[in-house]
Amino acid sequence: MHKLKGISFLDSWIMFKRCLLISLRNPEALLMATITPFFLMLLFGTVFGNIADVGSLNYIDFIVPGIIMQSLGQASQHSAMNVATDMTKGIIDRFRSMSISKSAVLIGHTGAGVVRNTISSTVIIITAFVLGFRPHGGFVDWLIVVALLTLVNIAISLIAVLCGLISKTPEGSSGLMFPLFILPFISSGFAPTDTMSGGIRWFAEIQPMTPIIDSIRALTLGLPLGNSLWIALAWCIAIIIIAFTAAAQVYKRRLS
Amino acid sequence: MTDNMIVVSDLKKSFKINRVLRNVTFTVRKGSIFALLGSNGAGKTTVVKILSTLMKPDSGNVTINGLDVVRQGYYVRECISLTGQFTAVDEVLTGRENLNLIGQLKRLNGVKNKVNEWLSFFHLQDAADRKVSTYSGGMRRRLDIAMSLMGKPQIIFLDEPTTGLDPQNRIAMWDLVKELAVGGTTVFLTTQYLEEAEYLADYIAILHGGKILAEGTPQYLKTIMPHRGAQLNFQSEEQAAEAMALLNENGITIESFEQKLPSLEDVFLALTDEKGGK
Repeated sequence: MHKLKGISFLDSWIMFKRCLLISLRNPEALLMATITPFFLMLLFGTVFGNIADVGSLNYIDFIVPGIIMQSLGQASQHSAMNVATDMTKGIIDRFRSMSISKSAVLIGHTGAGVVRNTISSTVIIITAFVLGFRPHGGFVDWLIVVALLTLVNIAISLIAVLCGLISKTPEGSSGLMFPLFILPFISSGFAPTDTMSGGIRWFAEIQPMTPIIDSIRALTLGLPLGNSLWIALAWCIAIIIIAFTAAAQVYKRRLS
Repeated sequence: MTDNMIVVSDLKKSFKINRVLRNVTFTVRKGSIFALLGSNGAGKTTVVKILSTLMKPDSGNVTINGLDVVRQGYYVRECISLTGQFTAVDEVLTGRENLNLIGQLKRLNGVKNKVNEWLSFFHLQDAADRKVSTYSGGMRRRLDIAMSLMGKPQIIFLDEPTTGLDPQNRIAMWDLVKELAVGGTTVFLTTQYLEEAEYLADYIAILHGGKILAEGTPQYLKTIMPHRGAQLNFQSEEQAAEAMALLNENGITIESFEQKLPSLEDVFLALTDEKGGK
């Protein structure tokens, strides 16, 4: 509040480097977060791929956006756990009793989360190519995909930070993240929503994963985009604003 | 300007129905060692948290270096440093990386040199590039304190700094605290050991039942505290017996002399009785 913007940015940057360094010391975590979606891709692409019917599309092409969302959820677990670990140890009191910007800790964790998620999604996309993913979007389409994925990435990382702040233990925080692993399955990620019935279909159509997945699919496969991109963007921005505000509030409250 | 570094008046704090601090008032002089003495659960940590801006009081005033801890928290944080009860270090990082982080956050010049200085000051240079998770309890505590001392704060809060340390490390900690005060740092420490408070502090305040039960210099407190016994050990039974009779006149060699300090409970009982009796 009393501090110049530039200085508080520097605090966040130092915290970001700290969080990255912590991740580097725990490569197993990133490996696990990448292996699960990798096997999911393998399983859906090979075993279920033959029985799934998604019209004229190749099933592997169809599921790539859903698997990416899954991998983001998986990898974000570690943001939640790292935040929860910080909050339960004395280190957070040290940071809070220093003259550094209050949001630096949260921004640092979010930033490191985004980097980890990006690594994990990149691995997933490369794997997809090896398994037969053949997108035909243009350069601009890909730019939009990357931009959208970055926004989604920030939104999910912030949700993870929030989960880490709310939970009492690191183990509990990954439990709170569980819905994020399930949501891609109840969306257009693995089956078209019009093949679903009743309540599940209704839920799949209104939840944010569907417009995000539809947008990525349309952009990578050259399908009509409709208004799904705008809905996806609106969701991302809303989640980012709400999750950040909530996280900042919880951070302040949990410590006083 | 006054010589008072910390001024606490009428401090109150409750957690739901539990009134932890009922009315706490004390002052800490610049450059002194101040000990807040109290048993477990007396509210020592609550006081430290309020003074270090981590917690807001329900009512009362706290100023540090003339700054209000609630309204001017940011400036207060610039001159203080906190070492809590639980070591505040990153386990997966090395000692050097931990110190570096604090140096960067405090925007110190020549962080690299300062980190090396503190590492050697605390005899951690050999372990500098090892993960903290491999450190012993004493090493962790030393690193923790080193992190607090980066940037030479004017006031350092030490919340039970010797709890969980072995005797050797405890003595090393005591020497360090004395050294800090000689260097002009104001030291605010909490402890549950009367012995520690008497040895270290220039001024002691005893926190009990949410209030400051008694305060003063160690010399003054000795006069109002319950009587102390001394246990004298002699070379033989006979000598001991003889000593009983001759102690006043003859100089008998005393092999060891052990002071029996009253327990904190005795102190509380004696002091509360005295107040109640008036």
